[in-house]
Amino acid sequence: MQRNNNHTTIVTIEKVIDETPTVRTLVFSDDVMSNVLPGQFAMVWIPGVNELPMSVMISKEPGKAAFTVRKHGPASTGLFNILEGQQIGIRGPYGNSFDLKEGKLLLVGGGTGLVPMMRLLTFVKPTDDVTVLIGAKSKDEVFFEDLANNLLENNPHKVIVSTDDGSYGEKGFVTDLVEKLVSKSHFDGVYVCGPEIMMYKTVQSAHSRKMFVQASLERMMKCGVGICGSCCVGEDLVCRDGTVFDGQHLSTNKEFGHFYRNKAGILENY
Amino acid sequence: MNQLLYSKLSSLFKVELSLATSIGQIQLDRPVMLASGILGISLDVFNRLYRSGVGAVVTKSLSTEPWEGYPNPTIFSVKGGGWINAVGLSNPGATNFAKMIEPNQDVPIIVSLVGSIPEDFETMIKQFENCKVTAYELNLSCPHVAKVGLEVGDDPELVKKIVTTAKNTTDVPIIAKVGLGTTHYLNTVSAAIDSGIDAITAINTVRAMAIDVETQRPILSNKFGGLSGTPIKPIALRCVYEISSKHDIPIIGCGGISTWEDAVEFFLAGASAIQLGSAVGDNWIDVFNDINNGILQYMKRKNYSSIKEMVGLAKKQ
Ligand SMILES: Cc1cc2nc3c(=O)[nH]c(=O)nc-3n(C[C@H](O)[C@H](O)[C@H](O)COP(=O)(O)OP(=O)(O)OC[C@H]3O[C@@H](n4cnc5c(N)ncnc54)[C@H](O)[C@@H]3O)c2cc1C
Ligand SMILES: Cc1cc2nc3c(=O)[nH]c(=O)nc-3n(C[C@H](O)[C@H](O)[C@H](O)COP(=O)(O)O)c2cc1C
Ligand code: FES
Repeated sequence: MQRNNNHTTIVTIEKVIDETPTVRTLVFSDDVMSNVLPGQFAMVWIPGVNELPMSVMISKEPGKAAFTVRKHGPASTGLFNILEGQQIGIRGPYGNSFDLKEGKLLLVGGGTGLVPMMRLLTFVKPTDDVTVLIGAKSKDEVFFEDLANNLLENNPHKVIVSTDDGSYGEKGFVTDLVEKLVSKSHFDGVYVCGPEIMMYKTVQSAHSRKMFVQASLERMMKCGVGICGSCCVGEDLVCRDGTVFDGQHLSTNKEFGHFYRNKAGILENY
Repeated sequence: MNQLLYSKLSSLFKVELSLATSIGQIQLDRPVMLASGILGISLDVFNRLYRSGVGAVVTKSLSTEPWEGYPNPTIFSVKGGGWINAVGLSNPGATNFAKMIEPNQDVPIIVSLVGSIPEDFETMIKQFENCKVTAYELNLSCPHVAKVGLEVGDDPELVKKIVTTAKNTTDVPIIAKVGLGTTHYLNTVSAAIDSGIDAITAINTVRAMAIDVETQRPILSNKFGGLSGTPIKPIALRCVYEISSKHDIPIIGCGGISTWEDAVEFFLAGASAIQLGSAVGDNWIDVFNDINNGILQYMKRKNYSSIKEMVGLAKKQ
């Protein structure tokens, strides 16, 4: 019988990989999650702690999937501290996915926003010419650089890292690099996931040059299924209409890049 | 509703079909409302829902101060159908909300309020003086937040005071939303009617819980929540039938409605309009037009020109 995506499935964490001092990847077996489309997410229950939306990360082994989590507040720290052999609950996958174009592609990921980008890389064609930009605060916080290079070994490709403090790769914000690249050459598809200001600038840079661009949005999520309303951005519900929206649509959204809603639903400035 | 289909159907059948309905003084062009707590915090979303066929939106229940609600998990999908939620009435507070809906002109908005003493309701209603509000719905039935909701609804004397205060504060119609608590809900209904309530919404979610057998823990962070969706439809229908058999008061049916047949059942039981929430999670917002269209076709088939003609028909059998 086909699984109902809304029902909670309990999975056991089989492997914990330290990516940086504050980022870990937790691997588990689950056929459904191992096959999700790039951009889709799961609601992840950490028993006794909380439930969080998480992008579904790839795993090298078939039938397995993963979450890559950055330790932040109580919920993500709870997930970060899960040990091998412990159980978590998952429901989903939820949300839509990126539309993959062919040709010259630019993928931009900041922090754990790289997760959907890694899955997107597993879908590129060998003929695509792919540039991946990885943004991080400092050298300590860079991860998935090797993974991106490995996934692209059969493609013409570049993986460029930028750190805000210049301790590794190029110095400065990744959005400055985006602006430089899109002003020099045309990309057939630009994809971005990360902090909203970074996505906003990337979308502006690409959309103003009439390039196809898509961003995967993050909002406070409680239900994941379009009931609670907590994830709204303007008229859009991120969990149900997104998480992926294209530049054309985002350029008409008054809240994207400017406001988010806090846990009580009050609109606040970024 | 879908204007094109509407005019097509009307001309095809050469009758003036109308989905308009009235709940006492409240006039709506379409009978299906969005229930409180569902997608209820943004005016932009309300506008979108209105274009998608809702007759009115009921807002998230608002309190005098903003509330964050409970930590996640706040929603659980029940095997076999339905949802249990313990969102914990998270809301931006009446003041913030009133500011947000002030520009609204087009969407019929029913403001849902939750509080523990009569003064809370008076304070909040006053916040909406500059807003176009179709009605207020007093949430006397949320089953999972202490000191408000059901705990208020379970005390008929307090219900009387709250309804009287609300009625004295505004001329806008006041609806009481009742549910299943420890006091028989019909006592709550009687108390509200004695104090001059304009209409009743029945019912809210039903107190429930879920335990995961692997980790052997209650799933919701609050342990208990409210059951909604298809499993509660027969219960809600019974309540609407009971209220309409006992009282001459306009009723809004709510609980587990997801198809036009469900909607018609509630009309036949005595409801003049309906609300739905969980079906949005199951079928997304297309559900409103689907139900509107289904009701229209049924009306044609049965030769009704208005919703009013079928309200309460099942009681005559
Ligand atoms: C679709 C989606 C995919 C995500 N994918 C990943 C991922 O792959 N890896 C990763 O580390 N993080 C991911 N996140 C972010 C993650 O869900 C949390 O927001 C973050 O881990 C901080 O949570 P916290 O509860 O620990 O922090 P808290 O200190 O409790 O909250 C800090 C801030 O985190 C955000 N937040 C908290 N709870 C939620 C929630 N339920 N939904 C959305 N935002 C919340 C809010 O902005 C809040 O103000 C994703 C979020 C979304 C919406
Ligand atoms: C996530 C969620 C939040 C809700 N919040 C409220 C609320 O704030 N106020 C209220 O009166 N009812 C609230 N309810 C109850 C609904 O308005 C409705 O009465 C109930 O869900 C039954 O209808 P349904 O089966 O169509 O969902 C909520 C229900 C859900 C599922
Ligand atoms: S998370 Fe509840 S509506 Fe999107």
